[in-house]
Amino acid sequence: MSCAQTIADYAFRSLGYGERLLPRSDFTLCQQFTLIGSGMIWNIYFGVLALLAGFVLATAVALGKASPNLALRKLSEWFVFLFRGSPLFIQFFFAYFLFLSLKGAYPFFSPLTSAAYGALVVLFLNTAAYSAEIFHGALQSIPKGDTEAADAYGLSGWARFRRVIWPTMLRLAWPAYTNEAIFLFHATTLVFFAGFPARQQKGDALYYANYFADKTFNPFVPYPILAGYFILLTLVVIGVFGLINRRLNRHLPQEERRKLRLRLQAIR
Amino acid sequence: MNLYYSFGTVLLLLAITAPTALLFGYGGAMATRSGVAPLRWFGKSYIAIVRGVPDIAFFLFFVIALDQGFEYLRHKIKCPDWNEPIRQGSDFVVCTAAKLPLGNAPQWQHETYGFMLAVLTFAIVFGAFAGNVLFGAMRAVPKAQLETAEAYGMTRRQVTRRVLIPQMWVYALPGLSNLWMVLIKATPLLFLLGVEDIVYWARELGGTKTPNFTAYPHGDWRMWYFLGLLVFYLAFTKLSEVVLSRIMARLTHGQATAGGEAQRKAAA
Repeated sequence: MSCAQTIADYAFRSLGYGERLLPRSDFTLCQQFTLIGSGMIWNIYFGVLALLAGFVLATAVALGKASPNLALRKLSEWFVFLFRGSPLFIQFFFAYFLFLSLKGAYPFFSPLTSAAYGALVVLFLNTAAYSAEIFHGALQSIPKGDTEAADAYGLSGWARFRRVIWPTMLRLAWPAYTNEAIFLFHATTLVFFAGFPARQQKGDALYYANYFADKTFNPFVPYPILAGYFILLTLVVIGVFGLINRRLNRHLPQEERRKLRLRLQAIR
Repeated sequence: MNLYYSFGTVLLLLAITAPTALLFGYGGAMATRSGVAPLRWFGKSYIAIVRGVPDIAFFLFFVIALDQGFEYLRHKIKCPDWNEPIRQGSDFVVCTAAKLPLGNAPQWQHETYGFMLAVLTFAIVFGAFAGNVLFGAMRAVPKAQLETAEAYGMTRRQVTRRVLIPQMWVYALPGLSNLWMVLIKATPLLFLLGVEDIVYWARELGGTKTPNFTAYPHGDWRMWYFLGLLVFYLAFTKLSEVVLSRIMARLTHGQATAGGEAQRKAAA
Protein backbone atom coordinates (compact mmCIF):
# COMPACT_ATOMS: atom_id res chain seq x y z
CA MET A 1 0.00 0.00 0.00
CA SER A 2 1.45 3.31 -1.02
CA CYS A 3 1.79 6.24 1.33
CA ALA A 4 -0.71 8.37 -0.62
CA GLN A 5 -3.23 5.57 -0.23
CA THR A 6 -2.58 5.42 3.51
CA ILE A 7 -3.11 9.14 3.82
CA ALA A 8 -6.37 8.91 1.89
CA ASP A 9 -7.50 6.08 4.18
CA TYR A 10 -6.50 7.45 7.53
CA ALA A 11 -6.18 11.24 7.32
CA PHE A 12 -9.64 11.74 8.83
CA ARG A 13 -9.81 8.46 10.73
CA SER A 14 -10.08 10.31 14.04
CA LEU A 15 -13.37 11.82 12.87
CA GLY A 16 -14.69 8.49 11.67
CA TYR A 17 -14.15 8.92 7.93
CA GLY A 18 -12.11 6.59 5.76
CA GLU A 19 -10.90 3.12 6.60
CA ARG A 20 -12.63 1.68 9.66
CA LEU A 21 -10.02 -0.83 10.77
CA LEU A 22 -6.84 0.47 12.25
CA PRO A 23 -3.66 -1.18 10.96
CA ARG A 24 -2.95 -4.31 12.98
CA SER A 25 0.45 -5.51 11.82
CA ASP A 26 3.38 -4.41 9.66
CA PHE A 27 3.11 -0.82 10.78
CA THR A 28 4.79 1.60 8.42
CA LEU A 29 6.17 4.99 9.37
CA CYS A 30 3.66 6.55 7.01
CA GLN A 31 0.76 4.98 8.88
CA GLN A 32 2.06 6.25 12.19
CA PHE A 33 2.58 9.78 10.89
CA THR A 34 -0.85 9.88 9.26
CA LEU A 35 -2.85 8.47 12.16
CA ILE A 36 -1.13 10.51 14.86
CA GLY A 37 -1.54 13.60 12.68
CA SER A 38 -5.18 12.70 12.23
CA GLY A 39 -5.54 12.59 16.00
CA MET A 40 -4.12 16.10 16.21
CA ILE A 41 -7.46 17.31 14.76
CA TRP A 42 -9.03 16.57 18.14
CA ASN A 43 -6.27 18.31 20.06
CA ILE A 44 -6.68 21.42 17.93
CA TYR A 45 -10.47 21.28 18.19
CA PHE A 46 -10.40 21.06 22.00
CA GLY A 47 -7.65 23.66 22.34
CA VAL A 48 -9.09 26.31 20.02
CA LEU A 49 -12.70 26.13 21.20
CA ALA A 50 -11.83 25.98 24.90
CA LEU A 51 -9.43 28.88 24.48
CA LEU A 52 -11.97 31.09 22.68
CA ALA A 53 -14.82 30.38 25.09
CA GLY A 54 -12.51 30.41 28.10
CA PHE A 55 -11.24 33.86 27.18
CA VAL A 56 -14.69 35.39 27.59
CA LEU A 57 -15.42 33.66 30.90
CA ALA A 58 -11.91 34.44 32.17
CA THR A 59 -12.42 38.16 31.59
CA ALA A 60 -15.70 38.00 33.48
CA VAL A 61 -14.21 36.05 36.39
CA ALA A 62 -11.18 38.34 36.59
CA LEU A 63 -13.51 41.34 36.83
CA GLY A 64 -15.60 39.47 39.37
CA LYS A 65 -12.52 38.83 41.48
CA ALA A 66 -11.73 42.54 41.47
CA SER A 67 -15.32 43.57 42.06
CA PRO A 68 -16.37 45.48 45.20
CA ASN A 69 -19.39 43.19 45.53
CA LEU A 70 -18.53 40.61 48.19
CA ALA A 71 -20.76 37.81 46.88
CA LEU A 72 -19.42 38.18 43.34
CA ARG A 73 -15.84 38.25 44.60
CA LYS A 74 -16.21 35.15 46.77
CA LEU A 75 -17.90 33.29 43.94
CA SER A 76 -15.08 34.07 41.51
CA GLU A 77 -12.42 33.21 44.08
CA TRP A 78 -14.01 29.83 44.76
CA PHE A 79 -14.33 29.10 41.07
CA VAL A 80 -10.64 29.80 40.51
CA PHE A 81 -9.60 27.85 43.60
CA LEU A 82 -11.71 24.85 42.65
CA PHE A 83 -10.24 24.51 39.18
CA ARG A 84 -6.67 25.55 39.94
CA GLY A 85 -6.42 23.58 43.17
CA SER A 86 -7.32 20.15 41.84
CA PRO A 87 -5.76 18.03 39.12
CA LEU A 88 -7.30 18.31 35.66
CA PHE A 89 -7.17 14.53 35.44
CA ILE A 90 -9.48 14.13 38.44
CA GLN A 91 -11.72 16.90 37.09
CA PHE A 92 -12.16 14.91 33.88
CA PHE A 93 -13.03 11.75 35.77
CA PHE A 94 -15.43 13.51 38.11
CA ALA A 95 -17.12 15.40 35.27
CA TYR A 96 -17.52 12.25 33.20
CA PHE A 97 -19.23 10.34 35.98
CA LEU A 98 -21.27 13.40 36.93
CA PHE A 99 -22.54 13.69 33.36
CA LEU A 100 -23.15 9.96 33.31
CA SER A 101 -25.45 10.09 36.32
CA LEU A 102 -27.11 13.29 35.07
CA LYS A 103 -27.81 11.50 31.83
CA GLY A 104 -29.62 8.81 33.78
CA ALA A 105 -31.91 11.41 35.31
CA TYR A 106 -32.31 13.79 32.37
CA PRO A 107 -31.70 12.61 28.79
CA PHE A 108 -30.97 16.26 27.96
CA PHE A 109 -27.42 15.76 29.23
CA SER A 110 -26.59 12.76 27.05
CA PRO A 111 -24.34 14.65 24.58
CA LEU A 112 -22.11 15.67 27.49
CA THR A 113 -21.01 12.09 28.13
CA SER A 114 -19.18 12.06 24.80
CA ALA A 115 -15.64 13.37 24.74
CA ALA A 116 -16.42 15.97 22.07
CA TYR A 117 -18.74 17.97 24.35
CA GLY A 118 -18.15 16.85 27.92
CA ALA A 119 -14.37 17.16 27.84
CA LEU A 120 -14.71 20.48 26.07
CA VAL A 121 -16.81 21.81 28.95
CA VAL A 122 -14.19 20.72 31.49
CA LEU A 123 -11.30 22.17 29.47
CA PHE A 124 -13.26 25.39 28.99
CA LEU A 125 -13.89 25.84 32.73
CA ASN A 126 -10.33 24.83 33.57
CA THR A 127 -8.64 27.25 31.20
CA ALA A 128 -11.10 29.98 32.24
CA ALA A 129 -9.95 29.59 35.85
CA TYR A 130 -6.24 29.66 35.00
CA SER A 131 -6.62 32.61 32.61
CA ALA A 132 -8.80 34.47 35.11
CA GLU A 133 -5.94 34.31 37.59
CA ILE A 134 -3.57 35.73 34.94
CA PHE A 135 -6.04 38.48 33.94
CA HIS A 136 -6.71 39.33 37.58
CA GLY A 137 -2.99 39.81 38.14
CA ALA A 138 -2.81 42.06 35.08
CA LEU A 139 -5.86 44.00 36.23
CA GLN A 140 -4.14 44.71 39.54
CA SER A 141 -1.05 46.05 37.82
CA ILE A 142 -2.69 48.49 35.40
CA PRO A 143 -0.79 51.78 35.88
CA LYS A 144 -2.74 54.23 37.99
CA GLY A 145 -2.06 56.97 35.42
CA ASP A 146 -4.07 55.12 32.77
CA THR A 147 -7.27 54.97 34.80
CA GLU A 148 -6.80 58.53 35.99
CA ALA A 149 -6.42 59.70 32.40
CA ALA A 150 -9.61 57.85 31.49
CA ASP A 151 -11.41 59.61 34.33
CA ALA A 152 -10.02 62.96 33.21
CA TYR A 153 -11.43 62.40 29.72
CA GLY A 154 -14.81 61.83 31.25
CA LEU A 155 -14.94 58.18 30.31
CA SER A 156 -16.94 55.99 32.61
CA GLY A 157 -18.64 52.63 32.78
CA TRP A 158 -18.51 50.55 29.65
CA ALA A 159 -16.51 53.06 27.56
CA ARG A 160 -13.83 53.28 30.25
CA PHE A 161 -13.55 49.52 30.42
CA ARG A 162 -13.68 48.94 26.67
CA ARG A 163 -11.20 51.65 25.69
CA VAL A 164 -8.73 51.79 28.55
CA ILE A 165 -8.86 49.02 31.12
CA TRP A 166 -9.45 46.00 28.91
CA PRO A 167 -6.76 46.72 26.29
CA THR A 168 -4.19 47.53 28.99
CA MET A 169 -5.08 44.37 30.87
CA LEU A 170 -4.61 42.26 27.73
CA ARG A 171 -1.30 43.93 26.95
CA LEU A 172 0.04 43.19 30.41
CA ALA A 173 -1.33 39.67 30.53
CA TRP A 174 -0.38 38.59 27.02
CA PRO A 175 2.97 36.84 27.60
CA ALA A 176 1.55 34.81 30.50
CA TYR A 177 -1.59 34.10 28.52
CA THR A 178 0.47 32.71 25.65
CA ASN A 179 1.99 30.25 28.09
CA GLU A 180 -1.45 29.27 29.28
CA ALA A 181 -2.54 28.61 25.69
CA ILE A 182 0.45 26.32 25.13
CA PHE A 183 -0.36 24.36 28.28
CA LEU A 184 -3.99 24.11 27.33
CA PHE A 185 -3.01 22.38 24.08
CA HIS A 186 -0.79 20.03 26.07
CA ALA A 187 -3.63 19.33 28.48
CA THR A 188 -5.93 18.25 25.65
CA THR A 189 -3.96 15.00 25.44
CA LEU A 190 -5.44 13.91 28.77
CA VAL A 191 -9.01 13.70 27.48
CA PHE A 192 -9.06 10.15 26.16
CA PHE A 193 -7.10 8.80 29.11
CA ALA A 194 -9.50 10.11 31.71
CA GLY A 195 -12.80 8.34 31.55
CA PHE A 196 -14.08 9.80 28.31
CA PRO A 197 -14.37 6.91 25.86
CA ALA A 198 -12.89 6.97 22.37
CA ARG A 199 -15.84 5.51 20.47
CA GLN A 200 -14.90 3.38 17.47
CA GLN A 201 -11.25 4.22 18.16
CA LYS A 202 -11.74 7.85 17.25
CA GLY A 203 -9.10 9.33 19.50
CA ASP A 204 -6.61 12.13 19.73
CA ALA A 205 -2.92 12.13 18.83
CA LEU A 206 -1.75 10.58 22.10
CA TYR A 207 -4.42 7.90 21.84
CA TYR A 208 -3.02 6.74 18.51
CA ALA A 209 0.59 7.11 19.66
CA ASN A 210 -0.26 4.93 22.63
CA TYR A 211 -2.00 2.45 20.33
CA PHE A 212 1.12 2.07 18.22
CA ALA A 213 3.39 1.86 21.25
CA ASP A 214 1.22 -0.91 22.70
CA LYS A 215 1.05 -2.85 19.45
CA THR A 216 4.69 -2.62 18.43
CA PHE A 217 6.05 -2.55 21.98
CA ASN A 218 8.43 0.08 20.67
CA PRO A 219 7.91 3.54 22.17
CA PHE A 220 10.81 5.07 20.30
CA VAL A 221 8.88 5.74 17.10
CA PRO A 222 5.32 6.96 17.87
CA TYR A 223 6.16 9.20 20.82
CA PRO A 224 8.85 11.22 19.03
CA ILE A 225 6.39 11.67 16.14
CA LEU A 226 3.84 12.97 18.65
CA ALA A 227 6.48 15.22 20.17
CA GLY A 228 7.29 16.62 16.72
CA TYR A 229 3.64 17.42 16.05
CA PHE A 230 3.31 19.14 19.41
CA ILE A 231 6.43 21.22 18.96
CA LEU A 232 5.03 22.33 15.60
CA LEU A 233 1.71 23.19 17.22
CA THR A 234 3.48 25.15 19.95
CA LEU A 235 5.38 27.15 17.34
CA VAL A 236 2.11 27.96 15.54
CA VAL A 237 0.52 29.07 18.83
CA ILE A 238 3.50 31.31 19.58
CA GLY A 239 3.30 32.76 16.06
CA VAL A 240 -0.42 33.55 16.25
CA PHE A 241 -0.14 35.04 19.73
CA GLY A 242 2.83 37.11 18.56
CA LEU A 243 0.67 38.59 15.78
CA ILE A 244 -2.07 39.45 18.26
CA ASN A 245 0.53 40.97 20.54
CA ARG A 246 1.69 43.20 17.69
CA ARG A 247 -1.86 44.32 17.09
CA LEU A 248 -2.34 45.05 20.81
CA ASN A 249 0.76 47.25 20.90
CA ARG A 250 0.23 48.99 17.54
CA HIS A 251 -0.15 52.42 19.19
CA LEU A 252 3.40 52.42 20.53
CA PRO A 253 6.23 54.09 18.60
CA GLN A 254 8.19 51.67 16.44
CA GLU A 255 11.27 51.33 18.63
CA GLU A 256 9.26 50.80 21.79
CA ARG A 257 7.19 48.10 20.17
CA ARG A 258 8.94 45.14 21.62
CA LYS A 259 8.48 41.71 20.23
CA LEU A 260 6.61 39.30 22.41
CA ARG A 261 9.42 38.34 24.70
CA LEU A 262 8.30 35.02 25.92
CA ARG A 263 9.74 33.62 29.05
CA LEU A 264 8.63 30.13 28.18
CA GLN A 265 7.71 28.46 31.39
CA ALA A 266 7.96 24.80 32.08
CA ILE A 267 4.78 24.60 34.07
CA ARG A 268 1.62 26.53 34.49
CA MET B 1 -8.93 -0.84 52.64
CA ASN B 2 -6.84 -0.75 49.50
CA LEU B 3 -8.14 2.74 48.81
CA TYR B 4 -6.58 3.97 52.04
CA TYR B 5 -3.29 2.27 51.23
CA SER B 6 -3.30 3.96 47.84
CA PHE B 7 -3.43 7.39 49.52
CA GLY B 8 -0.23 6.25 51.17
CA THR B 9 1.14 5.33 47.75
CA VAL B 10 0.51 8.86 46.51
CA LEU B 11 2.14 10.42 49.57
CA LEU B 12 5.10 8.03 49.30
CA LEU B 13 5.50 8.95 45.64
CA LEU B 14 5.56 12.64 46.53
CA ALA B 15 8.03 12.04 49.36
CA ILE B 16 10.44 10.11 47.13
CA THR B 17 9.98 12.07 43.92
CA ALA B 18 10.42 15.57 45.30
CA PRO B 19 14.04 15.12 46.48
CA THR B 20 14.95 12.95 43.49
CA ALA B 21 13.56 15.49 41.03
CA LEU B 22 15.43 18.21 42.89
CA LEU B 23 18.62 16.19 42.50
CA PHE B 24 17.99 15.67 38.78
CA GLY B 25 17.16 19.35 38.41
CA TYR B 26 20.29 20.32 40.26
CA GLY B 27 22.34 18.10 37.96
CA GLY B 28 20.62 19.56 34.91
CA ALA B 29 21.21 23.13 36.06
CA MET B 30 24.85 22.45 36.87
CA ALA B 31 25.34 20.75 33.49
CA THR B 32 23.80 23.79 31.77
CA ARG B 33 26.26 26.07 33.55
CA SER B 34 29.21 23.78 32.95
CA GLY B 35 32.33 24.87 31.08
CA VAL B 36 32.45 21.63 29.09
CA ALA B 37 30.50 22.16 25.87
CA PRO B 38 28.91 18.69 25.39
CA LEU B 39 27.75 18.67 29.01
CA ARG B 40 26.22 22.11 28.49
CA TRP B 41 24.41 21.00 25.35
CA PHE B 42 23.13 17.95 27.16
CA GLY B 43 21.77 20.06 30.02
CA LYS B 44 20.15 22.55 27.68
CA SER B 45 18.50 19.98 25.45
CA TYR B 46 17.30 17.97 28.48
CA ILE B 47 15.49 21.03 29.82
CA ALA B 48 14.26 22.20 26.39
CA ILE B 49 12.81 18.90 25.17
CA VAL B 50 10.87 18.10 28.32
CA ARG B 51 9.40 21.61 28.30
CA GLY B 52 8.07 21.47 24.75
CA VAL B 53 6.11 18.23 24.90
CA PRO B 54 3.02 17.30 26.96
CA ASP B 55 4.22 15.72 30.19
CA ILE B 56 1.75 12.86 29.94
CA ALA B 57 3.38 11.76 26.68
CA PHE B 58 6.64 11.54 28.60
CA PHE B 59 5.04 9.48 31.32
CA LEU B 60 3.75 6.99 28.80
CA PHE B 61 7.05 6.98 26.91
CA PHE B 62 9.53 6.63 29.75
CA VAL B 63 7.85 3.75 31.51
CA ILE B 64 8.28 1.48 28.50
CA ALA B 65 11.58 2.99 27.43
CA LEU B 66 13.17 2.63 30.87
CA ASP B 67 11.86 -0.90 31.27
CA GLN B 68 13.28 -1.95 27.91
CA GLY B 69 16.51 -0.08 28.58
CA PHE B 70 17.08 -1.93 31.86
CA GLU B 71 16.24 -5.29 30.34
CA TYR B 72 18.49 -4.61 27.37
CA LEU B 73 21.42 -3.80 29.66
CA ARG B 74 20.89 -6.91 31.78
CA HIS B 75 20.51 -8.95 28.61
CA LYS B 76 23.88 -7.73 27.34
CA ILE B 77 25.57 -8.56 30.65
CA LYS B 78 23.89 -11.84 31.58
CA CYS B 79 23.50 -13.52 28.20
CA PRO B 80 26.48 -12.57 26.05
CA ASP B 81 26.10 -15.64 23.80
CA TRP B 82 22.51 -14.90 22.76
CA ASN B 83 22.56 -14.39 19.02
CA GLU B 84 18.93 -13.79 18.04
CA PRO B 85 17.86 -10.20 17.45
CA ILE B 86 16.09 -8.54 20.36
CA ARG B 87 13.40 -6.81 18.31
CA GLN B 88 11.60 -9.59 16.45
CA GLY B 89 8.90 -7.75 14.53
CA SER B 90 6.56 -6.44 17.18
CA ASP B 91 8.15 -8.34 20.04
CA PHE B 92 10.83 -7.36 22.45
CA VAL B 93 12.65 -10.56 23.38
CA VAL B 94 15.35 -10.91 25.99
CA CYS B 95 16.65 -14.06 27.65
CA THR B 96 14.77 -15.22 30.76
CA ALA B 97 17.62 -14.39 33.11
CA ALA B 98 17.44 -10.76 32.02
CA LYS B 99 13.72 -10.32 32.69
CA LEU B 100 13.04 -7.61 35.21
CA PRO B 101 11.71 -8.58 37.66
CA LEU B 102 12.35 -12.28 37.17
CA GLY B 103 9.37 -14.23 35.91
CA ASN B 104 9.15 -16.27 39.12
CA ALA B 105 9.46 -13.29 41.47
CA PRO B 106 6.67 -12.75 44.02
CA GLN B 107 3.89 -10.26 43.33
CA TRP B 108 5.18 -7.52 45.63
CA GLN B 109 8.40 -7.33 43.63
CA HIS B 110 6.45 -6.66 40.44
CA GLU B 111 4.48 -3.93 42.16
CA THR B 112 7.57 -2.34 43.66
CA TYR B 113 9.35 -2.44 40.33
CA GLY B 114 6.40 -0.72 38.64
CA PHE B 115 6.38 1.88 41.38
CA MET B 116 10.12 2.49 41.04
CA LEU B 117 9.73 3.00 37.29
CA ALA B 118 6.99 5.53 37.98
CA VAL B 119 9.16 7.37 40.49
CA LEU B 120 12.06 7.49 38.04
CA THR B 121 9.78 8.78 35.28
CA PHE B 122 8.38 11.49 37.51
CA ALA B 123 11.88 12.42 38.62
CA ILE B 124 13.12 12.74 35.04
CA VAL B 125 10.21 14.91 33.92
CA PHE B 126 10.04 17.10 37.01
CA GLY B 127 13.80 17.20 37.20
CA ALA B 128 13.80 19.15 33.95
CA PHE B 129 11.28 21.61 35.38
CA ALA B 130 13.28 21.94 38.59
CA GLY B 131 16.45 22.34 36.53
CA ASN B 132 14.85 25.26 34.75
CA VAL B 133 13.88 26.91 38.05
CA LEU B 134 17.29 26.36 39.65
CA PHE B 135 19.09 27.61 36.55
CA GLY B 136 17.06 30.81 36.69
CA ALA B 137 17.73 31.15 40.41
CA MET B 138 21.47 30.70 39.92
CA ARG B 139 21.44 33.52 37.38
CA ALA B 140 19.41 35.71 39.73
CA VAL B 141 22.10 35.70 42.41
CA PRO B 142 23.77 39.15 42.12
CA LYS B 143 26.94 38.94 40.05
CA ALA B 144 28.81 41.17 42.49
CA GLN B 145 28.55 38.44 45.10
CA LEU B 146 30.27 35.92 42.88
CA GLU B 147 32.90 38.42 41.73
CA THR B 148 33.68 39.33 45.33
CA ALA B 149 34.14 35.67 46.16
CA GLU B 150 36.51 35.28 43.21
CA ALA B 151 38.39 38.37 44.31
CA TYR B 152 38.98 36.65 47.64
CA GLY B 153 40.79 33.97 45.70
CA MET B 154 38.17 31.21 45.80
CA THR B 155 38.23 28.68 43.01
CA ARG B 156 35.22 28.19 40.74
CA ARG B 157 34.10 25.20 42.76
CA GLN B 158 34.41 27.05 46.04
CA VAL B 159 32.42 29.97 44.68
CA THR B 160 29.65 27.61 43.66
CA ARG B 161 29.58 25.76 46.95
CA ARG B 162 30.03 28.59 49.42
CA VAL B 163 28.34 31.57 47.74
CA LEU B 164 26.12 30.58 44.85
CA ILE B 165 24.22 27.65 46.33
CA PRO B 166 23.40 29.15 49.75
CA GLN B 167 22.07 32.33 48.14
CA MET B 168 20.16 30.74 45.31
CA TRP B 169 17.42 29.18 47.47
CA VAL B 170 15.64 32.46 48.20
CA TYR B 171 15.26 33.07 44.47
CA ALA B 172 14.36 29.48 43.73
CA LEU B 173 11.66 29.04 46.35
CA PRO B 174 8.73 30.68 44.50
CA GLY B 175 9.44 28.54 41.45
CA LEU B 176 9.96 25.41 43.49
CA SER B 177 6.77 25.87 45.47
CA ASN B 178 4.91 26.30 42.21
CA LEU B 179 6.54 23.09 41.05
CA TRP B 180 5.44 21.29 44.21
CA MET B 181 1.85 22.30 43.45
CA VAL B 182 2.16 20.96 39.93
CA LEU B 183 3.71 17.76 41.24
CA ILE B 184 0.78 17.23 43.58
CA LYS B 185 -1.58 17.73 40.69
CA ALA B 186 0.38 15.30 38.50
CA THR B 187 0.12 12.38 40.95
CA PRO B 188 -3.16 11.01 39.56
CA LEU B 189 -1.25 10.31 36.35
CA LEU B 190 0.26 7.37 38.27
CA PHE B 191 -2.85 5.55 37.21
CA LEU B 192 -1.67 5.67 33.61
CA LEU B 193 1.65 4.14 34.57
CA GLY B 194 -0.06 1.01 35.76
CA VAL B 195 0.29 1.60 39.49
CA GLU B 196 -2.82 0.78 41.50
CA ASP B 197 -3.32 4.25 42.94
CA ILE B 198 -6.32 6.18 44.21
CA VAL B 199 -7.78 6.71 40.76
CA TYR B 200 -7.70 2.97 40.12
CA TRP B 201 -9.39 2.12 43.41
CA ALA B 202 -11.95 4.90 43.06
CA ARG B 203 -12.98 3.39 39.73
CA GLU B 204 -12.96 -0.14 41.10
CA LEU B 205 -14.81 0.47 44.34
CA GLY B 206 -17.22 3.02 42.93
CA GLY B 207 -18.39 0.83 40.08
CA THR B 208 -21.76 -0.85 40.25
CA LYS B 209 -21.89 -3.69 42.77
CA THR B 210 -24.45 -6.44 42.58
CA PRO B 211 -25.50 -8.71 45.44
CA ASN B 212 -24.00 -11.68 43.60
CA PHE B 213 -20.45 -10.56 44.02
CA THR B 214 -20.24 -8.53 47.19
CA ALA B 215 -21.93 -8.09 50.51
CA TYR B 216 -22.44 -4.36 49.90
CA PRO B 217 -24.53 -3.88 46.77
CA HIS B 218 -24.76 -0.33 45.52
CA GLY B 219 -25.25 1.61 42.31
CA ASP B 220 -22.69 3.62 40.43
CA TRP B 221 -20.87 5.58 43.11
CA ARG B 222 -17.85 6.51 41.04
CA MET B 223 -19.00 10.13 40.92
CA TRP B 224 -18.90 10.37 44.72
CA TYR B 225 -15.53 8.66 44.95
CA PHE B 226 -14.07 11.14 42.49
CA LEU B 227 -15.72 14.00 44.36
CA GLY B 228 -13.86 12.71 47.41
CA LEU B 229 -10.58 12.72 45.50
CA LEU B 230 -11.29 16.24 44.28
CA VAL B 231 -11.81 17.43 47.84
CA PHE B 232 -8.68 15.56 48.99
CA TYR B 233 -6.57 17.32 46.38
CA LEU B 234 -8.13 20.72 47.11
CA ALA B 235 -7.37 20.32 50.81
CA PHE B 236 -3.84 19.14 50.04
CA THR B 237 -3.01 22.09 47.77
CA LYS B 238 -4.56 24.53 50.25
CA LEU B 239 -2.45 23.08 53.07
CA SER B 240 0.72 23.25 50.96
CA GLU B 241 -0.08 26.84 50.05
CA VAL B 242 -0.29 27.83 53.72
CA VAL B 243 2.89 25.98 54.69
CA LEU B 244 4.88 27.34 51.74
CA SER B 245 3.82 30.91 52.42
CA ARG B 246 5.06 30.45 56.02
CA ILE B 247 8.43 29.20 54.74
CA MET B 248 8.63 32.09 52.30
CA ALA B 249 7.90 34.58 55.09
CA ARG B 250 10.66 33.00 57.16
CA LEU B 251 13.15 33.10 54.26
CA THR B 252 12.42 36.69 53.22
CA HIS B 253 12.89 37.87 56.80
CA GLY B 254 15.70 40.38 56.75
CA GLN B 255 16.35 40.06 53.02
CA ALA B 256 16.93 43.11 50.86
CA THR B 257 13.96 42.35 48.62
CA ALA B 258 10.54 43.98 48.25
CA GLY B 259 9.04 41.26 50.44
CA GLY B 260 11.60 41.80 53.17
CA GLU B 261 11.04 45.54 53.05
CA ALA B 262 7.28 45.08 53.42
CA GLN B 263 7.84 42.88 56.48
CA ARG B 264 10.08 45.51 58.05
CA LYS B 265 7.52 48.25 57.44
CA ALA B 266 4.68 46.17 58.85
CA ALA B 267 6.64 45.54 62.04
CA ALA B 268 7.57 49.19 62.51
